[in-house]
Amino acid sequence: MNNLLEPQAVRSETVAQDLGLEIIVAAPQGTLISSGFTSDLLSDAMANAQEGCAFLTIQAHKNTVAVATLTGASAIFVCSSRTVPEDMIQSCKDEGIGLYRSTENQFILSGKLYQLLYTPNASVPS
Amino acid sequence: MSNSFILGTDNAPSHMIELMYRMKVWDVMTRELRVGSRTSTLAELQGIMRDNNISGIPIAEGGRLYGIISMDDIIRCLQQGAMGDSAADRMTKNVISLEDDMPLSFAISTMEKHRFGRFPVLNKHGELVGILTSRDILVHLLIAMNKEMALLESSLNPQPTSEAGGVLIREYTTRKFDFENAGKASTEIKKILVDRGIGSKIARKVAVASYELEMNQVCHSLGGTLSFKLTEETAEIVAQDLGPGIEDLESALIEGWSTANEWVRSLGFGAGMGLPNTKRVSDEFSISGGPSGTRVVTSFRLRAEPSV
Repeated sequence: MNNLLEPQAVRSETVAQDLGLEIIVAAPQGTLISSGFTSDLLSDAMANAQEGCAFLTIQAHKNTVAVATLTGASAIFVCSSRTVPEDMIQSCKDEGIGLYRSTENQFILSGKLYQLLYTPNASVPS
Repeated sequence: MSNSFILGTDNAPSHMIELMYRMKVWDVMTRELRVGSRTSTLAELQGIMRDNNISGIPIAEGGRLYGIISMDDIIRCLQQGAMGDSAADRMTKNVISLEDDMPLSFAISTMEKHRFGRFPVLNKHGELVGILTSRDILVHLLIAMNKEMALLESSLNPQPTSEAGGVLIREYTTRKFDFENAGKASTEIKKILVDRGIGSKIARKVAVASYELEMNQVCHSLGGTLSFKLTEETAEIVAQDLGPGIEDLESALIEGWSTANEWVRSLGFGAGMGLPNTKRVSDEFSISGGPSGTRVVTSFRLRAEPSV
């Protein structure tokens, strides 16, 4: 049995590839994603997102980057193909936060990320 | 004239749109009214208009609005030699009026739609309390924009800092609905803590508190300041805003209680977690204040966690 309580950290490049994410700002080389946090409430993320997580949200604006920076999130995954404004992209570059986008909604993308992080050597069906 | 009033809300910068929603008709309208009565003659009304340099005059008695006489009506009567007629016979009776608590944006679109030079303003009891012209709007918008610019400039200038005797002090200014710059103070505070080698767990607690306090000022107050003080043993954040105050301080500390508007909520804020979050992460927390401003003091012990 896999131990579902201990996620494995996966390189951001691998996560992006396996989840079919569009790379808007690549996370700095060597960035690991060790968990996920899905919420559209920034205060919720502020209180509960773990360091090193991917932050899955539809809040595509600059304030999301501030929350990611403050919580130590590794990357932001913008769900449902939301439009990403230019100042958000710039802010991610400035702060060294990866910015990726998915056509999937938060539920599906969370499921895929969960599967990837919690199943050793899992490959995510596309 | 297809574009007599250039202040549309369609593609204005968000600050301008916010300004036009924040300002109400009563902030802008002229309250010193010159009115005529139904029995006033056109000649008398023309005299009042000339002496006061105005181009239209409401006809009202005891606060009740009956109509309006404009310069056009005066000219028509001059041509017809009817300056002895009474206002009641000549006034426009179907007057489009505004209410004093409407947002300015609404007044602007009403003006766009009807193209009159002036609109009488009624209060919620239907009494005439003012008159609004496009000039009033332009003048007050310019004043408001001046204030915004001054605030913007002061927030761009280097913040007062000092670092005497191992005590570091930073002061940050926040502005109402300025989501553009929101979070900057917290980001900088976290960087200072990390640079000082303070453990990431504590740095994060301080960052959570400063971010929530910063966002509270941006979402709910008229703006304010965030003062950050760092000594060897403690970090302290004092958030002081300019009002309007929290009506129910006790409720504000309950998770989920929020007074945020829809727009703020659509950005992912206003879930009623700000103050509860802040209180939870702080070692010491106090909140006080009234309509002139709310003050939140939080402090954190830095020694609890060895630096990692």
